[in-house]
Amino acid sequence: MILLAFLAQTLRIAIPYLLAAAGGVISERSGLIALTLEGYMLGGAFTAVWASYYSGSPWAGVAAAVAGGAVLALIYAVSAIRFRADQVVAGIAINLFAIGLTRYLLRLFFDSSSNSPRVAGFTVQGSGTGFGALLVNPLVWLGILVIPATAWLLYRTPFGLRVRAVGEHPTAAASVGVPVARVRYLAVLLSGMLAGLGGAYLALDQHQFTDGMTAGRGFIALAATIFGRWDPVRAGLACLLFAAAETLQIQLQGSQALPSQFVEMIPYVLTIVALAGVVGRAVAPAALGKTAIE
Amino acid sequence: MPDNSALAIRLRDIVKSFGPVQANRGAELEVAHGEIHALVGENGAGKSTLMRVLAGMYSPDSGTMEVDGRDVTGWSTADAIAAGVGMVHQHFMLVPTLTVAENVMLGSELTRGPVLDRAAAEEAVRKLSAETGLAVPPAARVADLTVGQAQRVEILKTLYRGAKILILDEPTAVLSPPEVRELWQVCRSIRDAGGTIVLITHKLDEVIDVSETITVMRAGKTVARMATAGTTPQAIARAMVGRDVALALDAEYMGTPLLPELGAVSALLEVRDLVVHGANGQPVVKSATFSIAPGEILGIAGVEGNGQTELVEAIAGLRPYTGSIALASRDLATLNVRARGDAGLSHIPEDRHERALILDYTVAENLILGQQHRFTRGAALDTPRMLDHARELITRYDIRPDNPSLAARALSGGNQQKIVVAREMARDFKVLLAAQPTRGVDVGAIEFIHARLREARDQGKAVLLVSADLAEVLALADRVAVMYGGRIVALLPRSGATPDTLGPYMTGAERAA
Repeated sequence: MILLAFLAQTLRIAIPYLLAAAGGVISERSGLIALTLEGYMLGGAFTAVWASYYSGSPWAGVAAAVAGGAVLALIYAVSAIRFRADQVVAGIAINLFAIGLTRYLLRLFFDSSSNSPRVAGFTVQGSGTGFGALLVNPLVWLGILVIPATAWLLYRTPFGLRVRAVGEHPTAAASVGVPVARVRYLAVLLSGMLAGLGGAYLALDQHQFTDGMTAGRGFIALAATIFGRWDPVRAGLACLLFAAAETLQIQLQGSQALPSQFVEMIPYVLTIVALAGVVGRAVAPAALGKTAIE
Repeated sequence: MPDNSALAIRLRDIVKSFGPVQANRGAELEVAHGEIHALVGENGAGKSTLMRVLAGMYSPDSGTMEVDGRDVTGWSTADAIAAGVGMVHQHFMLVPTLTVAENVMLGSELTRGPVLDRAAAEEAVRKLSAETGLAVPPAARVADLTVGQAQRVEILKTLYRGAKILILDEPTAVLSPPEVRELWQVCRSIRDAGGTIVLITHKLDEVIDVSETITVMRAGKTVARMATAGTTPQAIARAMVGRDVALALDAEYMGTPLLPELGAVSALLEVRDLVVHGANGQPVVKSATFSIAPGEILGIAGVEGNGQTELVEAIAGLRPYTGSIALASRDLATLNVRARGDAGLSHIPEDRHERALILDYTVAENLILGQQHRFTRGAALDTPRMLDHARELITRYDIRPDNPSLAARALSGGNQQKIVVAREMARDFKVLLAAQPTRGVDVGAIEFIHARLREARDQGKAVLLVSADLAEVLALADRVAVMYGGRIVALLPRSGATPDTLGPYMTGAERAA
């Protein structure tokens, strides 16, 4: 039973990572650094709460989160692709913008500096943390299915072939008539929508928006993207690994065996170890981050 | 002049600028249906630009373009492909991480429902391979192919898109002699099937061999058009450069090698049992032993990728190795790149963009790269002295344009190469490593660089010349070595080396040393 609870908790934590990392893989395979996942998630979390508060329906929240992530992604795409801004600088700007904007809107709509009122979610509050409560949430299913769907999109469809081509050798793709910029716009928009969904899951699971509630999850998803060597399935496994480490940390928190500070470090230490062990061998998409100099 | 309706391609008065650089300024090209047309000219003459305009990659600033009698001025790559114009670029336009079949169908994907139809794409590649004789493994990743195979993929890619007009940009630069012959066969069969081919090349013997008509460009303009029958390499070279050129390939030119008695003089460069390992841990240079005497050019021939790159980089200090390398009897084992330079080693790397130049640095800065510690005043660079140094070398090596503050990127390939040659030969050196010193360089600059290499030899320096161009090796070397599979499989005096005697060694059919 303890194992089952552990797995349920791991899956619950992994869902936003899976959604955002799927977006991260698509964006980075097209050549656009996905530093912005954090911002997309935060934006998605806010718009999800906003829409479901005013409509009373969590589905409206999901749709709004997709739109919110897409809008932030569009800003990033326009600055990096159209205006050839440095992707790291533009990415940091998008993340800071998302923090400031959600804080402002929180004050504007809900007159609070810390959190929104409670909203309806897909789960009834207090229905437990086991698999039963988890699997009634459609976003959980989405998070599970997003990995095979992304693999299918990338490896089996013409769009996926083009995404991989423009991220690796954009001039070659252009020379055979592939519209490089358009493919990249679509890839970035898709990553914004997916990360926005990750944000919606977070917010609806907690039935409210709190200031800065993504707390670095977008960066963990980016780490999973890289640790997974830009492959959806491996990135998905990396998400599960990071989520398992976090679960472990939560379960060890009550014990006196280890100082709590060390316990809290576990997921982050694991992330660093995982990345250090793999980054030397991992080969990034060749054109990643290079929209500025084409 | 054929009447216009019969023309496959008609480009008139094409102008194309990139910032301040005018790559084409009134270029003309007329190509008839069903001919192999050679487009020749010095580096930076604007040939590739003109062909990229034709292939829809660039839009011309002014001028008109007609294909099959239809006005197509400023069309897109997709339009060009749809109209049957395909280009094989000098630097391959292949995505290395994708398979052959994926590269071939990219942009014109075969699908079954919403899904890519890989099997059909691989079948299409197999069918085209059978039709043309261009054999490639359809499911292999392009990164795992040899350059020769990669080029076949490029040609198949254009044929898959139904190309009837095929543009080949310097196709033979990376091929071995048998592969070149195979390519010409493919070109002729495409032509015989009604296709039209435009061939960009520097190699005048190729022009004579395969083309029917020649267009010569110089400084962005078309300066001559002639039938191949009845012209000579000298006449073409004169049109390209605008003056007479000593062609290294001239039958009458044999040079005046000093050929010192080996053993009588102690060697300047001595390499013993050199083993170099590649990225995958396998040895790529397997026990190479040779020496070069003062006043000698040792030419290393062979198809690229047989260990030449690693051999040169190990000597230059860029790769770890086992065995010994000695320069004027001094073991180099403990010396890093700079110390080797100070000990008298100069190195013209094979890839000027990868190793030799920093394209965004100025000409003056590039001219002191690796010797920057000699151009300081206190902790800072001594800019006035750098500029003096640059001006002197620019004059001496005829680097154009003659502006030391221009970014190296703004210069043509030939002039970029002159920067490298100037830098490496202006310093005090005993041994010169010259790897592909004239790659992608026009005949005028080739002549110049060859003269500098002979001059170094005549001054008693030792020169290691590595070139994929057999004609170049034969024109310059006093002794010729052939590398195959990481080994030196033949080491012959110049007098015993001919394309026929070396060919079997280059393809691995024979080994002697």
